[in-house]
Amino acid sequence: MKAPVIEAKDLNLTFETNDGPVHALKDVNLTIDQGEFVSFIGPSGCGKTTFLRCIAALEQPTGGVLRVNSMTPEHARQARSYGYVFQAAGLYPWRTIAGNVKLPLEIMGYAKAEQDARVEKVLSLVDLQGFGKKFPWQLSGGMQQRASIARALAFDADILLMDEPFGALDEIVRDKLNEELLKLWARTGKTIGFVTHSIPEAVYLSTKIVVMSPRPGRITDVIDSTLPRERPLEIRDSPEFLAIAHRVREGLRAGHAYEE
Amino acid sequence: MKALLPILTVLAAIVVLWYGAAVWLNSQWIYDQAARAGTEVTVTQLLSETMVQDRPVLPAPHQVAQGLWDGLAGQKITSKRSLVYHGWITLSATMAGFALGTGLGILLAVGIVHSRAMDMSVMPWAIASQTVPILAIAPMVIVVLASLGIKGLLPKAIIAAYLSFFPVLVGMVKGLRAPEGQQLDLLRTYNASGAATFWKLRLPSSMPYLFASLKVGIAAALVGAIVAELPAGATMGLGARLLSGSYYGQTIQIWAALFTAAALAASLVMIVGVIERVTLKRMGMAR
Repeated sequence: MKAPVIEAKDLNLTFETNDGPVHALKDVNLTIDQGEFVSFIGPSGCGKTTFLRCIAALEQPTGGVLRVNSMTPEHARQARSYGYVFQAAGLYPWRTIAGNVKLPLEIMGYAKAEQDARVEKVLSLVDLQGFGKKFPWQLSGGMQQRASIARALAFDADILLMDEPFGALDEIVRDKLNEELLKLWARTGKTIGFVTHSIPEAVYLSTKIVVMSPRPGRITDVIDSTLPRERPLEIRDSPEFLAIAHRVREGLRAGHAYEE
Repeated sequence: MKALLPILTVLAAIVVLWYGAAVWLNSQWIYDQAARAGTEVTVTQLLSETMVQDRPVLPAPHQVAQGLWDGLAGQKITSKRSLVYHGWITLSATMAGFALGTGLGILLAVGIVHSRAMDMSVMPWAIASQTVPILAIAPMVIVVLASLGIKGLLPKAIIAAYLSFFPVLVGMVKGLRAPEGQQLDLLRTYNASGAATFWKLRLPSSMPYLFASLKVGIAAALVGAIVAELPAGATMGLGARLLSGSYYGQTIQIWAALFTAAALAASLVMIVGVIERVTLKRMGMAR
């Protein structure tokens, strides 16, 4: 059996604040295998983003073990094992779309010709071919976010971490991007960690849904999706989909009951 | 075009007020003259004579305009009485000082942003430097440098730089720190080096801040260059024109030099503004 891509054992993270310690993550145990699409869902403050940032070595856990590609997160970061997509596209306004996608390639020292070839490839992967010469402000919010996904795909990381990438977009654009993201995932075979607070989005996209609850941030349920890998948007009206969505909702509610 | 009427109205109001003030301030001399001669002063006489004095307390606008025209166009530009000549002397010191100050400001800002020790040790001194009146510093710089045999442009440029490095420093510190958490996190996920972060993120982000401070800096450099011309009894430059004007009560000469300096400052700021627009447009930061 292949080693898991991400493995967390009794992971804890406590922030020291002026109001005393805050348990952002408490005893988190999770295994993510190669090629999975894992969503993290929960109310704000449940630690879903913090967990993603721990995987990316942008936060340091205060206890437990975390392995990314069988390395420490810090080594995985240095090995450029993952691409990270933030909630805001965060494109550089002074760079064209192609220039923005090229940014990680420049930093990682890819050859010039290789850079251009890769930019071409990933822009068509996110359906932005022909927009390379535009500046970010000339694109809609959805297109900007697609460009930022292209930027995360440009180099050879087999993990894609996405922190509420479509949170700021409207429902219609979000539906379309969800559909495209699934296609992209099928084509690239990447392992995806996806933070969201939308139940339909989590159920529609994921092979595994991790339900989390706040204070302290912890996992209350891990649901393995029974939906097929091939998912048209209509699947969201199927009884199977609704059953999973129901279980997610129950999990979220249980997390709240625990608190009161 | 819509703005033309209000602009002209304000301009006209200023000119009217100025003429009024000229009559009022210059009338004393006419009353004194009349008292000495034992004659009465009529209103017509008052109005006409306050406009044409050689050394008025406040020259009338047309006298200043005449002085300006005479200084700018009425002389060979190599003449000692040409404002173009004196303006050029001051401008060259201003530009040298501005370049010096801008370079110093940017270098210090880069150091301060990257080193906490520099932030704590340099920044207080930079702030303190600006609380000392430039009029107190300028003579010392001139005298010290003159004793080392350094005269002419360089001492003036140093004083101009002394005033102009500060806005650049403050603006660039702010600009280089402008990238927010997410933008820095993104580069962390690429395992980018400090140098890459500087060249690809911090420096481009700081451009709008740099240009804003360059506009303040270039005007400050001009003030510095003029002030530097005052204490050494310089014979060239707009500062020297101001000084000799005040020695000999040549108020028209003072005002003409003042207007030249103001126009020079305005043009310099405008030139920086044009460079700013072109640069930001080419960078894609202006729409």
